[in-house]
Amino acid sequence: MEELDKLQQFQQKIDAEKKIEPKDWMPEDYRKHLIRQISQHAHSEVIGMQPEGNWITRAPSLRSKIILLAKIQDEAGHGLYLYSAAETLGISREEMINQLHTGKAKYSSIFNYPSLTWADIGAIGWLVDGAAIVNQVSLQRTSYGPYSRAMIKICMEESFHQRQGYEIMAKMAQGTPEQKEMAQDALNRWWWPSLMMFGPHDNESAHTGNAMKWKIKRETNDELRQKFIDKTVQQAEVIGLTIPDPDLKWNEERGHYDFGEIDWEEFWRVVNGNGPCNKKRLNHHKKVHEEGRWVREAAAAYAKKQKNKQIAA
Amino acid sequence: MTTQEALFKYTLRIGDNDLILGHRLAEWCSYGPTLEEDLALTNIALDLTGEAQALLQYAAEVEGKGRSADDLAYKRPERQFYNSIITELPKGDFGYSIVRQFLFDAYELPFFQMLTKSKDETLSAIAHKAVKEVKYHLRHSANWVIRLGDGTEESHNRVQKSLNDLWEYTGELFEMDEVDETVLKEGIGVDLTLVKAEWDETVNKVLAEATLTRPEDGWMQTGAKREGIHSEYLGYILTDMQYLPRAYPDAQW
Ligand SMILES: [Fe+2]
Ligand SMILES: [Fe+2]
Repeated sequence: MEELDKLQQFQQKIDAEKKIEPKDWMPEDYRKHLIRQISQHAHSEVIGMQPEGNWITRAPSLRSKIILLAKIQDEAGHGLYLYSAAETLGISREEMINQLHTGKAKYSSIFNYPSLTWADIGAIGWLVDGAAIVNQVSLQRTSYGPYSRAMIKICMEESFHQRQGYEIMAKMAQGTPEQKEMAQDALNRWWWPSLMMFGPHDNESAHTGNAMKWKIKRETNDELRQKFIDKTVQQAEVIGLTIPDPDLKWNEERGHYDFGEIDWEEFWRVVNGNGPCNKKRLNHHKKVHEEGRWVREAAAAYAKKQKNKQIAA
Repeated sequence: MTTQEALFKYTLRIGDNDLILGHRLAEWCSYGPTLEEDLALTNIALDLTGEAQALLQYAAEVEGKGRSADDLAYKRPERQFYNSIITELPKGDFGYSIVRQFLFDAYELPFFQMLTKSKDETLSAIAHKAVKEVKYHLRHSANWVIRLGDGTEESHNRVQKSLNDLWEYTGELFEMDEVDETVLKEGIGVDLTLVKAEWDETVNKVLAEATLTRPEDGWMQTGAKREGIHSEYLGYILTDMQYLPRAYPDAQW
């Protein structure tokens, strides 16, 4: 009975648009859902550093190198905020990393695609950060306080990233024929995976029901995807690039773009581990984590010595 | 050697150090032992690359041949780079990169502090800005040298070995030649013997706290800063760094 009362109060709070804070009572499933979602989000920020980091040493100008370095640094910062937000729910970062390594926790499948040319750095900023923003703007209103606040902080930076990525694409699209070809090719390769970032159709998404009721998610996968497409199509037109979808067409009646069917077979294949880079990304993370062990141990040993000295003094 | 020629090469040396070390640090992206360190190292890489940009831009102006900072970074061949060899050595493990960074930061902080007094207004302004950044770099690297030196037996042994391996590359930082003498006489450049005295003090203090042994001075590697005779590593750095501008010379990025 008491449990039921609590649940009712919890739902009332959510319905009244009040934030849930770490010390508040929450249903176990709400906690679990958030841990899964926030840790997945944190891991995505971190794994995403790999395809972008791949081009730092080959960035073609000092300015572009500086912008890329700053961007990846932002993403690492996002990872840190999000790990902290998840920690308020009673899981440690080490546990989350462990779950990533065992495959229990996932990260965004988009980062299982390779960054092959410099234009990919433009495409990632423009499309991947662009898609992330649509999702994250929506999550600013999520019901869990620490997650919501992390999103507000992160969104400002993401919009910079999106603009900077678009700028790279614009420059290349208006550059030499080779540059234009690279830009179009990058768009061709990143477009569909970007649409997949929003997840399966609403009727096939396992987690949508409760997440909407608890206002963890505020808009459905399909709504968010449509928003992203609507805002991106014109941006492509402006710089003279073609979205690789022959079915893409403005629908006057709906006030939205219609678009072709996503290759869901590819989506599930990559989610389930068989994208071009799944193994590379995860192995890299594991290897680096292992290589850093002696450093973390040394820092812990040093901190302990200092503490003992303080106690002795 | 005219003052202008000396100033050009002098500025290139400072800028190349920052450019090449920034490049090596940037290689740590997604390779850090913790996410915090990943962030810290790329942040320092960012500072150094920013400093390099300002310095190379000024070098290009001094040269007066219509080249840009990017031309100097992306179109110069190996033999026209004048960074010291220590900045181009491969990143090694975290301890190696940290020790290298510490040895360099302990040089660069007093160097830029003294350069703030330069009669050359541009160099002085660049130095002012850099001092704030390099203070943080030195605090970061010194703290890690201490933590690793006085951490576990493994970490102690690793960083002691890194220190021993890197020592022969420290002498070049303090070499003075005609370039230095010329700009020093004009009140533009810095007396590196004074920088060396401060460096010794910092290094001795931090190594003692880190329970590390300062290696004996022996043969010191040389040649890169003076005349662009580098280690074999620089060529590979430039291969990566200059790939796009060289492959597509007409392109703007
Ligand atoms: Fe991010
Ligand atoms: Fe981003």
